[in-house]
This record gives sequence, C-alpha cells and structure tokens, in this order.
Amino acid sequence: MTDKYDAIVVGGGHNGLICSALLAKAGKSVLLLEANGQVGGAAVTREFADGFTVSACAHLLYQLQPSVRKDLKLKPKLAADDMATIALAEDGNHVRIEGPSVDGVSAEDAKSYREFHKRMARFAKLLNTFLNKTPPRLGTKNFEDLAALARLGFDVRRLGRHNMQEFLRLIGMNIHDEVTERFENPLLKGAVCLDAVLGTHLGPRSPNTIMTYLYRLAGDFGRIASPSGGMGSVSEELAHIAREAGVTIRTGMPVKRIIVDNGRVVGVETSGGDRFDSYTVVSNADPKSTLLDLVGARHMEARFTHRVHHLRSRGNAAKLHLALDGLPDIAELSKRDFAARLVIAPDEHYVERAFNPAKYGESSPEPVVELTFPSVSDDTLAPAGKHVMSAVVQYAPYGRKGGWTDAARAEFEAATIRVIERYAPDIAKRITASELLTPLDIEEQFHITGGHWHHGELTLDQFFFVRPVCGAAQYRMPVDGLYLCGAGAHPGGGVSGAAGRNAARAILKREKTA
Amino acid sequence: MSASEVFQGQIRSPFYERMAALDTKSTWHTWKGYTTPDALYCGETEYFAVRNATGVFDITPMTKYRIKGRDSLAYINRLVTRDMEKIKPGRVAYAVWCDDQGQVLDDGTIFHLREGEYRLCSQERHFDWLMTNAIGFDVSVTEETAEVAGLAVQGPTSYSVLKNMGIKGLDELKLFGLMHVDFEGAELMVSRTGFTGDLGYELWIQPDKATALWDALFAAGKLYGIRAIGAHALEMARVEAGYLAPGPDFLPAKATVRTGRTRSPLELGLEWLVDFSKPNFNGRRALAEEKRKGSTWRLVKLDIAGNKIAHSSYIFDDASASKKNIGFITSAEWSPVCKQNVALGSVRTPHGKVGSTVWVEIYYQREMHWSRAMAKATVVDKPFWLPPRRSATPPGPY
Repeated sequence: MTDKYDAIVVGGGHNGLICSALLAKAGKSVLLLEANGQVGGAAVTREFADGFTVSACAHLLYQLQPSVRKDLKLKPKLAADDMATIALAEDGNHVRIEGPSVDGVSAEDAKSYREFHKRMARFAKLLNTFLNKTPPRLGTKNFEDLAALARLGFDVRRLGRHNMQEFLRLIGMNIHDEVTERFENPLLKGAVCLDAVLGTHLGPRSPNTIMTYLYRLAGDFGRIASPSGGMGSVSEELAHIAREAGVTIRTGMPVKRIIVDNGRVVGVETSGGDRFDSYTVVSNADPKSTLLDLVGARHMEARFTHRVHHLRSRGNAAKLHLALDGLPDIAELSKRDFAARLVIAPDEHYVERAFNPAKYGESSPEPVVELTFPSVSDDTLAPAGKHVMSAVVQYAPYGRKGGWTDAARAEFEAATIRVIERYAPDIAKRITASELLTPLDIEEQFHITGGHWHHGELTLDQFFFVRPVCGAAQYRMPVDGLYLCGAGAHPGGGVSGAAGRNAARAILKREKTA
Repeated sequence: MSASEVFQGQIRSPFYERMAALDTKSTWHTWKGYTTPDALYCGETEYFAVRNATGVFDITPMTKYRIKGRDSLAYINRLVTRDMEKIKPGRVAYAVWCDDQGQVLDDGTIFHLREGEYRLCSQERHFDWLMTNAIGFDVSVTEETAEVAGLAVQGPTSYSVLKNMGIKGLDELKLFGLMHVDFEGAELMVSRTGFTGDLGYELWIQPDKATALWDALFAAGKLYGIRAIGAHALEMARVEAGYLAPGPDFLPAKATVRTGRTRSPLELGLEWLVDFSKPNFNGRRALAEEKRKGSTWRLVKLDIAGNKIAHSSYIFDDASASKKNIGFITSAEWSPVCKQNVALGSVRTPHGKVGSTVWVEIYYQREMHWSRAMAKATVVDKPFWLPPRRSATPPGPY
C-alpha cells in the first residue's frame, strides 16, 4: 500500500497532534501514525483497575502554552484549576503554597517567598519568550539567526541591570543554595526543591536546578490544573482538532523505520509492513529512537551520531497509581484540601538524600512524592465513594542496578507506601489495587528511550541552542526532510505543546524559503 | 633488557636487530613510539637505492586497524570520502577521512583483505574516532599495529627481488592489488603499494616471522642492489612523488587548536577521492557547501627555478615591491632524479592554478651568512616523479 502525503508525523503524543494539526491547518495533507491503540503518548487516561481510571503518565497540566491554546482554539475542560500545593507535615502543620502566598510559615518566610516568587516569575516570563521560538543557530552569518540572537540579548538586557545580573548568576546555580539563603521553614524549602527536580536526574544540590525550576514556572506561570477525565481528555480534544483540520490519524501503527533514500527521507514503514510515502517526516519520538533506531546511524555523520548516542535521557520518576476504597486520613487536611497537589519533601536534605542512591543506580529507600487525588474533583475517575491516587515518585533510576525485577518493584512500591503512611496512616488499608510504572515501564509503554519526561535531561548542555544536540536545535535534522517535534527538541517536556508548535512553524517556514 | 640499558620509552620493531646490525650512524628517532632510523649509512645513498635498485624500509610503526563484521563496507563507506563499493577483495585504496566539518583527520590506505574484512593503515592513531564511527554498525575494530610487521620494498628491482625470493603471482599483481602467499608456513600479505611513487611492494607478516622474512628478502636481493633505508631517503622519495605527509603538508584536524589551520580534501588536491554520489559520509554536507562556495586553500606542486631549496618559504603572487603573500611552502627539496628544485605548498585561492607562475622567497645560508632570493616557480599538475614501471603489469625485470 502506498499513499503520498505532504507530511507524515510519527507518534501521536500531544506534540505530534499539535504539530500535525497546525500543518493541516496550513493546507498540508498529513498522516499521523501512533503505535499505541490510543493517541496522546504520555498524556493519556487509562483504566488501571476495575472502575478506576487515571492519567497514566503526565497527571497535572501546568505548562500548556497560551500560544498553543490560541492557535488551535484549545480549551481543555478542567476538573480543578489554580491548584494549591500543600507540603505535608507529619504533625499536621502543613505549609500551603498558592501562587505568591504561603500559609503556615513565619511572616518573614512569607515575605521572602513573595519576593522570591516575584523574581522567579519575572525570569520565567523571559524564559517563556524563548520557549515559543526556534533557537537561532550560532556561528552563522544568516540575518535571521543574528537578528534572533540580538533579540535574545535585548530581552535579557531588558530585565534591567540588577535583574539581568541575577538571572545570569542564578541560571546555572542549584536550588538548594537559593532556598537555604532565603527561607527557614524546612517544608517550604523541601517543596521548592521538589519542584525543581521533578522529572529529572538531578538533586537539589545539582547545578542547573534553578533552570529546571524556572522551566516549570515558565509554562503557565506556576498555575497548576487537573483536566476533567484525566490528561487523556486533552489529547482527545487535540485529536479532534487535528481530525477536523484534515489530519488522518491511524492508531496501532508502530513505525519500524523512517526510509532514507539518497540522503533524504522518502517515507516510513510500519512493523506491519505498510509503507507510506512523504518527503517530510516529523518525529514525535525521542531523538535517540528517531535518529539511531528509526533512521539509522549510517545516514548521519559520525560526530553527530556520537552526540545523539550520548544524550542523557535516563528517567528517574516513577508513577504510582492506587485504587482506594475511600480517602485516607491525613491530619489537619480537609476534604477540599485533597483536591490540591500534595507533596512529601519534609526538607531540602530529604530531597537530596532521596537522590543520593540514584547516583549509584539504586532507588530511594525514602522517596519524594507528588500526590494527587484526582477523583476528589472528578467523580468520573472512580466508582462512587471510592478514590484514585496518582503520584509521581522519585527516585527510581532507569538503569537500576540489578534491574527492575518483580522484587525490586515491590520493594520500591512498599517504600513509597511506607513514606505516605507517615502522613496517611490508614492508606495501606484502603488500597484495593495498585499500579507502579517505573521508567522502564514508561519506556516500554510510551516508547520513550530511558522513560525520561523530557526525552532527554533538561540541563544547560542539552538546552536551547544545543537541544537535543549541537547542530540540530532548529527541529530540522541533518537528513533532508526529517524533523523532530517532541519533548527532545527545544524547549523540552511537560504537556506544553511548545515543541510541536515550534516544529510546525519551522517546517512551514522552511517550505517557504526552500 | 640488561641492567646497563636504559629504557627510553621506545618500542623496538621486530626488524630492529637486523637494522641495528647494518647501522653505521646511530641516528634514530621516535615514530609513534617505535625507534626508527633516520639513515643507516647515508641518506642520499639510500635514496639512490630506492630510485635505482631496491630500498627496504621498516613500516611496522604504521598504525593498523582490522575492521570486520556484517556492516564493514557500510561503515568504511561512511568513514571515508571515496566510494569503497568499488574496492573489491584483493584491492587497496588510498583514502582520506574527515570530521563532520569536512576537515581532513588523516589519509591512509585501506586493504580489502577478504570479503568484508579490511585493514586500515595510517600515520596517526584513530581508535577513538573509529569507535565513535562504530555506533550503530555491526563491526569490530581491532588495533593491530604490533601484531603485524611490515616492510616496504621499493624501487625498480623490487619485482625481481621478490620473484627471486620465490613469491608467485607477482606478474598478475596490479598497482593497488594485494595477495596472500605462504612464507615458511605463515601467511605473508604482499601489496603493490608504497610511499615512493615508483615500482614497489609492501610485505606484511606476523612478528615472529619478521627476521626470517628479512633474511630471505636480503638474500634474494643481494645481486639486485638491495639496501635497508631510513626515513630520510623515504622523505626525499615521497616529495618527488608528490605525496602528502600529515604534519608538514596538512595538520590532522584533531591536532589543531586555531581555526582555519585545518584543510579539507578539496584544499589538498584530493577532490578525486571525494565521491559526492555517495548519499552520506562524514563531512559530505560541509564539503558540498565548500564546493559550491569555493575553497580557501589550494595545494600546489611547484617547480622552482635555481637550486636553492625553498624550505619554509613564503609564496608571493609576483616579485614586485607591492607583492602579495599568498601562501607558504610545506615540503621542499632538490630532486636528484628529476634534477629539479621541487616543493609542495599551500596557497590561497584563486592563486595557484596549474600552469600559473608564483614567486618563492628563499632564505639560504652560505658560511654563516644568510641571503635571500626571490625564485620564480611554476605550478605543475603531475607528480615530479612518475615512471611508467610504477603501474606496468607485469612490471618487468631491471
């Protein structure tokens, strides 16, 4: 079977859907091939136990770009919006963070946090302007690249002298130093540290964790929401928009290879043996599997291949889903509070200690946890009176020494439950079913090399000008007609859509100039 | 090693004992860790052995890698700029390889030993680069420098010497061909290759047969004027042949720090080795761009007036007071066999077209005092020394 399309998008994650929709809106005939039975990639809702459904991977919406919402007229239905973050304390003296204000800390801390938040929001706003642009190429004499660089310099300079110095000082720094300098409350310090390291192979003392914190803020300025019907509903809405725009979406079609002929892509072949032709192939898959597995090293130059091969993309965040016969008891927590985002990170050292074993390929005996009970604000997720817990748990290193055997998984799940029990003593009794997804499971089920949130560590050496690698930061890969549109491309992961949108714009622009 | 010897960090090739026995000068230097003679009797005499009889040079220190595996052809084809599809088993290819920017990392010879099995032979070490290139290919790369002893047997009587030694099949062995023969129960590889631009062969054998090979070779060559030679004689021969040496004539890209000090194959007169019909090889994109935009440098072979050797000279566009510096000499010598003052140099384009005239500023010393001369030079196309016997098959006796 041979069909010819203007573009083929490999992978129907949210970025693939956004990219294909934008291409179709520009009048292109687009085919999107998704390996799994449903579109959405890591933004899907699945039933994990009888009657209990949950956002299978990404569970909170905090980065969806306003530009994406606007371009696609995307209006996700939200079960909860402007969610507060509650840093749990064993004695019930929780700290509640909502935007710039903090409750449960000293007046001084509250004031410091307000200042800290204001500054970070200012920097996040600057970073946000970068997120929605294709990074300029360095070392060219191309006018557009030079102009983009100049604009970038101008944007940084516009922060004002003092803020610019602060920005440049902070961007490579670690979050631990910043929080210990500013705050005294351990829960507040722990919560900020947790936000900086979620989804990374970094601890609070690792350099670069202020940047990851800013990246998190830069999406929607710290506003956190939970979509109705789980994250899958966002993907479904995107798929609907894409179909309306004319995209042909086919699920259950894993792409086996991207066909290269005489130095340019000419189409794709699925594992079922179907072949589809197009001179433009856009991959939503991660850079390693796209370039090394689907395309193949022989079609690229050696140094470039080497860089891709050495991309750091080993995930560390596990997902734990619990089916509960009722909400657990947590001291001093009202039912309404269960709709918030709860974090277990009692202090900054706890987070660093949780990270320590991950450096040596061991999982944390006392992990950090980001907990949500989405069924509290969305009763479609669990049978009446029952509840679902969805948690991100760190650290569960992809390359665990000895592998993720059944025993290792049971051990990690038990360790997580033990930690949650400190705050919710009756949790274990309430569990009727559970599902643990280690990075290895995430790799297998969502086709992400290393099971990493961002398809590649979000650090300065893999960011902006050099994301995913030097020489390929403009969505266009060094094989003619091949593009990347996923989290591995600039700016990175999270349900943000910036990569998909930027990629579509780069492809359309390229077409105009070519 | 006896107590009276001091280890100097130099490796002795399996031919060391034989060379040392012939040595009258004690002038040795280090070549990639091996001790190697500048000359054993007299550089010029040895040079004349190469041009008029047979010179034997120990090439064991040449870096050697064995490349094999299912993807070996695809791997080598991506590594080098020329099309290796055309190099069948039993053939040898001179090749260059570049980084992603199209700058030359090194040149060397690739021996297609057997179907899918190659030996890459070069001046520099490249294990890291070869391993980097192996990502995504089913190949194995083995460094085998010390496992293979090599002798270059070069000169007009080399065919007769080897024939006299009892090696069969030389009549059919074409230039850049190779064959395997038996030598005292060991496999001897004979290739019709060399670095002198004349009729010549290279012999490759396991180290424990090295001295036996040397003895058989010298016994067979006694009446054909065979002589062991050092690096000095070889250097004279290679400049006459117009061959490039990494170091003087180009710098391997990995050895440079400053920008603009590397060279592309197009800038070294090696465009014939770059096959743009191959869809992908390291440096292809950059080289295609360079071809479109034009190169910065050009390698020139110069026939210089007079007899003063143009070592390290500047090259100018004319001899007037307003003359413009357009480049420099990289290798130079008086060629005894051509009776020519010859040199290789690097000039900026568009200068240095074949047939054009440039001027070379030569500084020379006579009894302590230095003088300067401007010598006219013509850019020539062909190697200075290229006798028909180099490629004649069979070569015929001399």
